[in-house]
Amino acid sequence: MSDNGILRVVARFLIPLIMLFGLYIQFHGEYSPGGGFQAGVVFAAGWILFALIYGLENALKVISQRAMYVLAAAGVLLYAGVGLLGVLMGGRYLDFYPLLDSPHAAQQFGIITVEFGVGVTVATVVMLIYTMFARRKSEWEAVLKDGDDR
Amino acid sequence: MAVAIVRVRDLFAAGMLFAIYSLLSAALFTVLDAGDVALTEAAVGAGISTILVLAVLALARRFEHPTGGHNLLALTVVFITGAVLIYATLDLPEFGQPDNPAQVHVGPHYIENSYTDMGVPNMVAAVLASYRSIDTMGEAFVILTAGIAVFALLSVRPRRRQAGIVPRRPPRNDEEEDEKEADTTGEKDNE
Repeated sequence: MSDNGILRVVARFLIPLIMLFGLYIQFHGEYSPGGGFQAGVVFAAGWILFALIYGLENALKVISQRAMYVLAAAGVLLYAGVGLLGVLMGGRYLDFYPLLDSPHAAQQFGIITVEFGVGVTVATVVMLIYTMFARRKSEWEAVLKDGDDR
Repeated sequence: MAVAIVRVRDLFAAGMLFAIYSLLSAALFTVLDAGDVALTEAAVGAGISTILVLAVLALARRFEHPTGGHNLLALTVVFITGAVLIYATLDLPEFGQPDNPAQVHVGPHYIENSYTDMGVPNMVAAVLASYRSIDTMGEAFVILTAGIAVFALLSVRPRRRQAGIVPRRPPRNDEEEDEKEADTTGEKDNE
């Protein structure tokens, strides 16, 4: 698919826009529709488009599989960590009010942080699942070629 | 549309029909002023799940196996369940009435207080991330668990026998070429 000139040019134009839109959904989520889940999926869709056009190996150079595992866990840990931070600062679990002095600023800080955690987890997990499926075919072909029956 | 998805034997066409169905649902949610849900449906339902279905189709055969005959028991169960569900909807309150349970329980509290509580204009974000924060954390854990499950299933290197090609005899060196050819034709059949 990578030989098609139209696809390459259009993708080169579209991928930054898709990723920018993902970031917009992520960080503008408290003002307009959107949030971590949608943003993560849209961001991952941009990466998957890159992988479809330019090949999975090039896409894995952008973000390695190991980085995906780490980030997927880190997003959830960020979410849980913000909750624990509230406990440490004298509130209840996932209570954002103790985080900052102004209640509005504290809530907004908490919401943006947990949504960012969700976004990171969703984006990396979707990329990871896609990588797993896309790599499966080449693995099978390799096994069929080698003929090693382990 | 749902009937078409069930009837069609070409799995690629079924996947595309699913994507169109999701996109139409997203349009319906937009009409109902549910921007967040519409965005999710368009991104996840029409986008990512279609890509994943296509990724699986690259591994599997394109056409469904024809099944012989009809399963009457299954048809009866489906028919009775559908009839019961339709009967249950008769008891639901009318759509959009102001005294519906959905409009008098916690909804008004969120609508009245979410802006003064946190200064966040998008009520959905406020409810998801702050009032119902633990639920959202559970969802994030579900996503992570799904990723781990796929990793656990697919990180094992495939074995030759799973590919559906069982060597009849232990392969010798001079047969290596023949077998390679057989494999490539089998691959073409799959596609």
